[in-house]
Amino acid sequence: MNALVFFFDNAILSGLIIGAIYALGAIGVTLIFGILRFAHFAHGDMMTMGAFLSLIFAVLLQSMGIHSPIALAFFGMFPAMAATALIAILFDKLFYKPLRDAGARPVVMVMASVGVTLMLQGVLRVFGGVSARSMYIGSPKAIFQFHLPDATRPIVLTEPQIILFVFTAVTVFALHYFLTRTRLGKAMRAVSDNPDLASITGIDIRHVVWATWIIGGALACAAGTLLSMDVALKPDLSFNILLPIFAATIVGGIGQPYGAIAGGFLVGLCESFAVFNWSILLRPLEPMFGVDFPSSLAIVPTEYKLMIPFVILIIVLIYRPTGIFKGKVL
Amino acid sequence: MAETTATPARPLVPVRDLAAFAVLALIVLAVFLSQGSVYSLRVMVEAACYAVLTLGLTIQWGYAGLFNVGVMGFLATGAATSMLVSYPTNPDFWNSPGPALVAMFVVKLAICGAAIWLANRAERIGFHRRLKGLLVTAVLIASFVVISWHMTHMADVIESQAGWVGGLGLPVILGWLVAGLVAGLVAWFVGRVCLGLRSDYLAIATLGIAQIIKTFLKNADWLTRGTLTVSPLPWPVPTPANGDFAFARGMYLIVVVIVMALVYLALQRAYYAPWGRMMRAIRDREDAAAAMGKDVTARRREIFVLGCVVMGIGGAMLIHFAQIYDPSGFIDLNHTFLIWVMMILGGAGNNRGAIFGAIFVYIAWTISEPIALWLFHTGAAYAHAWTGWNPPSDLDSRALQMRVFVVGLTITLVLRYAPRGILPEPEARH
Amino acid sequence: MSLLSIDGLTAGYGQMTILRDVDMALDEGEIGVIVGPNGAGKSTMLKAIFGMLTVTGGSITFDGTDITGIRSEKLAGHRIAYVPQENNVFASLTVEENLEMGAYTRRDDVSHVLDHVYEIFPDMKDKRRQPAGELSGGQRQMVAFGRALMIEPKLILLDEPTAGLSPMFMSVIFDRVIAINRTGVTVAMVEQNAKQALAIAHKGFVLAGGQNSYTDTGQNLLDNPEVARSFLGG
Repeated sequence: MNALVFFFDNAILSGLIIGAIYALGAIGVTLIFGILRFAHFAHGDMMTMGAFLSLIFAVLLQSMGIHSPIALAFFGMFPAMAATALIAILFDKLFYKPLRDAGARPVVMVMASVGVTLMLQGVLRVFGGVSARSMYIGSPKAIFQFHLPDATRPIVLTEPQIILFVFTAVTVFALHYFLTRTRLGKAMRAVSDNPDLASITGIDIRHVVWATWIIGGALACAAGTLLSMDVALKPDLSFNILLPIFAATIVGGIGQPYGAIAGGFLVGLCESFAVFNWSILLRPLEPMFGVDFPSSLAIVPTEYKLMIPFVILIIVLIYRPTGIFKGKVL
Repeated sequence: MAETTATPARPLVPVRDLAAFAVLALIVLAVFLSQGSVYSLRVMVEAACYAVLTLGLTIQWGYAGLFNVGVMGFLATGAATSMLVSYPTNPDFWNSPGPALVAMFVVKLAICGAAIWLANRAERIGFHRRLKGLLVTAVLIASFVVISWHMTHMADVIESQAGWVGGLGLPVILGWLVAGLVAGLVAWFVGRVCLGLRSDYLAIATLGIAQIIKTFLKNADWLTRGTLTVSPLPWPVPTPANGDFAFARGMYLIVVVIVMALVYLALQRAYYAPWGRMMRAIRDREDAAAAMGKDVTARRREIFVLGCVVMGIGGAMLIHFAQIYDPSGFIDLNHTFLIWVMMILGGAGNNRGAIFGAIFVYIAWTISEPIALWLFHTGAAYAHAWTGWNPPSDLDSRALQMRVFVVGLTITLVLRYAPRGILPEPEARH
Repeated sequence: MSLLSIDGLTAGYGQMTILRDVDMALDEGEIGVIVGPNGAGKSTMLKAIFGMLTVTGGSITFDGTDITGIRSEKLAGHRIAYVPQENNVFASLTVEENLEMGAYTRRDDVSHVLDHVYEIFPDMKDKRRQPAGELSGGQRQMVAFGRALMIEPKLILLDEPTAGLSPMFMSVIFDRVIAINRTGVTVAMVEQNAKQALAIAHKGFVLAGGQNSYTDTGQNLLDNPEVARSFLGG
C-alpha cells in the first residue's frame, strides 16, 4: 500500500502537475500556431515574465498591508495575466505585425519570435538576476497530507498544486465556453480553420489576433506563475519548458486547444512515468515472482528527462503528423 | 517566372563587398594595434571558426530556407567526435573489457536499427497494417530496453575500470573530417523526420536535438568524461606549449583560414551551379519546383546535411583551439543565436556576407563584454552616489545578460529593417 | 439604373493583367452568368468585383456607390456576398456555426435569417450540429450558399458552384440558385456548364482572352450559332 501511495505521489500526481503546466502553455502555442501560423518560440520566456510580474504584484499587495491565507502570488497573478496579455499584444504590434504585413514567410516569424525570446531573457535576467527565488513572500507554503487507512505514507498535496488543478479545470471550462458559445471564440476557430474564407466572410482578423494574444499571454503568465509557486521562480526556464510544450501542441494537433490540453497531460505523465523508479512498485511483488528486481528501474535516468518530449515529438511526426486530434500539418 | 531561372550576372567589381571588407580590415587592424597580436590572433582564429559555422548555416537558411535552431548541437557533436578521434589513447580502457563492450554495443545498435527499419516495412512482407503498428511498437520497445541496459552496464564497467574510453590518437585533421561526418549523420536522422513537413517543425526538432546532445555529452562520463572536461586537445600545428603564443596561434589561424577558404570556394561554386539554382527555386517557389518534378524533401535533406557537416567541422576547429573540451561550455546563445546574427546581418545566402558577418559580429561580441561591464559599473556607481542605491552583488553576471538582449534585438531589427543584410544575396529574392 | 455596373474594368494579379476593358451590367433581381473558355478570366472577374485583386483601370459601381478597390472584408457592409469555388466552408465548425459566421458583420438578431436559410435548404436544418467538413461536396456547397445569404445580400457572387459535383447534384444546385434569386437576390455566377447555366440566366456574358466577347440574354446566347460553336461545344 505504501508503494502505491508513493507511486501516486511521485508518478501520477507529479505527472498531472507538470502536465497541467504544459497544457496551459500549449493552449496558447496551439492557438498562435493555428491562427498566426508560426511556432511561437517566445512562449517559455513569456511564462517566466508572467511569473516575475505576479511576484511584483504580490510584493505590491504585501506592501499595501494585505494578508491572506492563500499565497499573495496567486492574487498577484490576475493583474499579471492582464499585463502579460497587454505585453503580448504590444510585441505583436512591434515585431510580428510589420512582418505579417510585409508578407514574410512564417519561418521568418519563427525567427522573430526567437529574437523576442532572447530580448525577454536578457531583460528578465538583467532586472531579476540569474538565481532562483521563492514565490512565497510572507507566508510559507501550506502542505496538506491525506492519510489512507492502510498506509503509513500520506498522499501529499501542496497549496500551489491544489490552486493549479482548480485553475486548470476552470480554464478548460471557460475556454470551451468561449470557443463554442461566443461570437469571437467561434471566429477564432473559423480563422484557424480557413483564414481566406474568414476574411471573405468579413471576420475582423485584428480582433481575432488580439484575442489570440490575450488568451495565449494570460495563460502563459498563469502557467509560469503556478509552476514557479510549485517549485521556484527560475529565470532559465525558457528552452527547457518550450520543448515539452511544443511536443504537447503537436501531439494534440496544431490549432486544437482540446488536443493541446490532452497533449500537455500526456507529455507530463509520460515524463513522470519514464523517470519513476518502478522497482518501488514492483518490490512488494518480489515474493510472487520469486526474483530480485534491481534497486533502480527507471525507464530513463532523470538527467535525460528532456528526451521524453523529444521522443514523443519524433514518434508523432513520423507516424501521425496530424496529432491525436487531427490538427493541421502546416 | 523566367528571370528566376536565369543565371545571375556576376558584377565585375563588387563595390559593396570591397567597401565592407575594407571597413572590416580597418577594424581588424585597430584590434591588432590596440590589443596586441597574441590576443588579436585568438580573436581572429575564433572569428574564422565562426565564419565556417556561419557558412554552414547560410546554406541551410540562405540557400534553402531551413530554420536550424540547433547549431549548438551540431557544433558540439563535431567537437566531441573530433576530441574522441584525436585525443591520445587511454591504455586502461584498452586493457579492460571496455572495447569488447563497445563493439557489442555497436553491433546491437546496428541490429536494432535494422530491426526497426524492417518493422517499418512490414507491410511489404505481408503484414496487416494494424499488425505492423504492434510490430513497430514491440521492436521499438525491445530495442530501447536492449540498448539502454547495455549502455548502463557498459558505462558502469568503463567508468569503474578505465575512467573513460579515451581518444583514438589519430591526426587532428582526420578528427575534423570525422566530426563533419558524424554531425552530418545526426542531421540526416533529424532531416529524415522533419523535412517533409513545414520548417517550423524542423526548428522545434533542432532545438530539441541540440538540448539532448548537450545533456548526453554532459552526462556520458564513460564516453567524453562528461563535465570533468578533457584537455589538452591536440592541434594540427605545434601548440603554444613552449610559450610562443603568437607563432602557434598564427599557424592555427592559417589552417583555419585554409579550411574556410575551401568551404567558401566549394559553396560559391555550388551557388552558381544548377544545384544551387534548384535549391533557390525550391526555397522561393516550392510548389512550382515540386510540380517540375523536383524531389523537394530529398534536396532539402541534402542541403541540411551538408550544412551540418560544415558546422561539425567548424565546431571541432573552435573547440580544439580552446584546447579544452567542456560540454557545459556549449551555450545556445554563443553557439546558435550569435551565429544566426552573424548570418542575417552579413546577408543570408551570401557566402562573403557570412564571412563578413562572422568576423564583424565576433569582434563586436568580444568587445561587448568589457563595454557591458563598464556601463553597468559606471551606472551603478552613479546611482549609488546620487540615490544611495546598492547594486546587487551579481551585477557582473547581470551585465553580461544585457548581451542576450542585444542579440535578440539585432535579430528582430535586421529582420524588419534590413532583411537582406549588409551584403545581400547576389540574386534577388522573390 | 443597373444594380451592378462595371465599366472598362482592367485588373489582374500584381503586374500580370488578366482582364482588359471589360463591361458588365446587372439589374436588380437578375441572374447573370459569365461563361467562356478556361483562362478567359471568369473567376478573376468575380474576384475583381469582390476586391481581391488589383484593379488598374475602370470602375465598379454597386447600388449607386463606387466600390472599386474596396477590400473584400468591407464588402459585407455593402451587402455583397461571395462564395469561392474551393474551401468555401469552415470544415471544423458545425453547419450552424458556419451560418453564424456568415452573419459575423451583423450586430442585430439574425434568427429570422437563419430560419429563412433553413427554409431554402431544409437538409441543412437536420445537419446543423454536424461539422461542415463531414458533409458531401454538394451539401458543403449548400452550406457555403447559406453562409453567404446570412448578410441578406443584394448581390451574391458564385464561383463555379457546380465544379466537381455529379451531374445529378448540378441540377439541384441550379435549382437552389433559382430559389435564392426568387427571394430577390441578384446573382452573378461563373460556370463551366455553360448550357445549363445560360438556361437559367437573365443575362449572359461570354468572356474570351480577358475581354468581352458576347453579351446578351441567356436564351439569345444559347440560340446564337456563333456562340454555340465557339464556346458551348457545338
